[in-house]
Amino acid sequence: MDSAAPARLSRLAEAVAAGDPRALGRALTFVETGSDDGRALLSALRPGVGSAYIIGFTGPPGAGKSTLVDALIHAFRAEGQRVAVLAVDPVSPVSGGAVLGDRTRMGAHSLDDGVFIRSVSARGHLGGLSTAAHDMADVMDAAGWPVILIETVGAGQSETEIARVADLSVVVCAPGLGDELQAIKAGILEIADVLVVNKADRADADQTAKQLEGMLSLRAAGRGEVPVLKVSATLGHGVDAVREAISNRRAETKGRRSEKRRAHVASIAAQALAARIFAGLPEEAVTEGGGADLNDIVQQVLGTMRKESGT
Amino acid sequence: MTYSPANYPERVLVTKIGFDGHDRGSRVVAAYLRDAGMEVIYTPPWQDIRAVVNLAIQEDVDVIGVSSLATDHLIIPDLLAELRAADVTHVRVIVGGIIPQNERPDLLQAGVSAIFNPGATSEEIVASVRALAAEARAVRDTEEEAM
Repeated sequence: MDSAAPARLSRLAEAVAAGDPRALGRALTFVETGSDDGRALLSALRPGVGSAYIIGFTGPPGAGKSTLVDALIHAFRAEGQRVAVLAVDPVSPVSGGAVLGDRTRMGAHSLDDGVFIRSVSARGHLGGLSTAAHDMADVMDAAGWPVILIETVGAGQSETEIARVADLSVVVCAPGLGDELQAIKAGILEIADVLVVNKADRADADQTAKQLEGMLSLRAAGRGEVPVLKVSATLGHGVDAVREAISNRRAETKGRRSEKRRAHVASIAAQALAARIFAGLPEEAVTEGGGADLNDIVQQVLGTMRKESGT
Repeated sequence: MTYSPANYPERVLVTKIGFDGHDRGSRVVAAYLRDAGMEVIYTPPWQDIRAVVNLAIQEDVDVIGVSSLATDHLIIPDLLAELRAADVTHVRVIVGGIIPQNERPDLLQAGVSAIFNPGATSEEIVASVRALAAEARAVRDTEEEAM
């Protein structure tokens, strides 16, 4: 199969919109792998997109993101709310393979029709992981899932990228992972709408919470109040407060994703443009020891582009 | 590396059903498959059969690998029946662990695609999963095109 028949894709889109879980599982694969088929499917589903509330969870490995997401699924289900989850796990840089084990912590929900969990590997996605996650969340949205939780492994850039996908970003920290300098240098404070200090049953949790509050006070003004909540996700302590904080900030953050969408499209366009420029580079620029000066090549490419665009 | 709907890593559910908790084997096989470039959805032991069917649907897997070390394989025909009942006919099911010779025919007849006993090499397992995933996708594509 190089490209799926249009009839197959439109049947799939109809079944997704009708709420068929099997069609949703299939559609997520199409969209995750990108390409024309994925895009065709997305545009067929577009009319149904826009009502879901999307909450992102990020933080360092081992902070307890999956356990907190599991606890929140319980909280949403107790209110009768249906919940979909995208659980992103790292990919092996060597083999490209992955063991996706986030849903291990969410096992209690696998018999519940009101919960749909999809594991995502941070594999080489067209336009980056955030594009794939964004598109996959749109598919879940079109399938009628009102709340979508996206969990990402938090290390480096991908966690701030995920903030562009979600309406609301929850950053999960744990005590004992380093001093307050870690928090300031990682950039996570800039994206957090809600900060959770998990494993609050540990003695040093108070100190971690105080340090984060201290760092927050140094943040640029006008970003809204960011609550710092102490939680023990395993024991279920403090989870209601997180649920409440999510509700409290909903009105203010709902729809933020569509604003972010524009910024996101711009970044995809920039990437595509960079790829085109690279494809048009003269051979000697990419071969090692080609001898050409890189600056000359850049000027040459820019000259060609100016001519092409007539400016 | 980028992927397309026609070319992306094999997605394999590695799981255990029934009451046995010996999960070293399933972990080792999960690591083999990961090292071969596959995406492994790993569950702890003691999964409910209907939960496994739900997982297979939500995760859109190509192959389900069930580890059985203490007679759990006797309920694998029930898993195959539940998959059929949910209209999941393309997903291939393989079994690894302690499967007595005289119980193999029943499993194969119930629809199990391959059985691995102690002594199976990682190369054999990887090659089999890869071939079965390709088969599963071909069947699925034919089914979806013809629907």
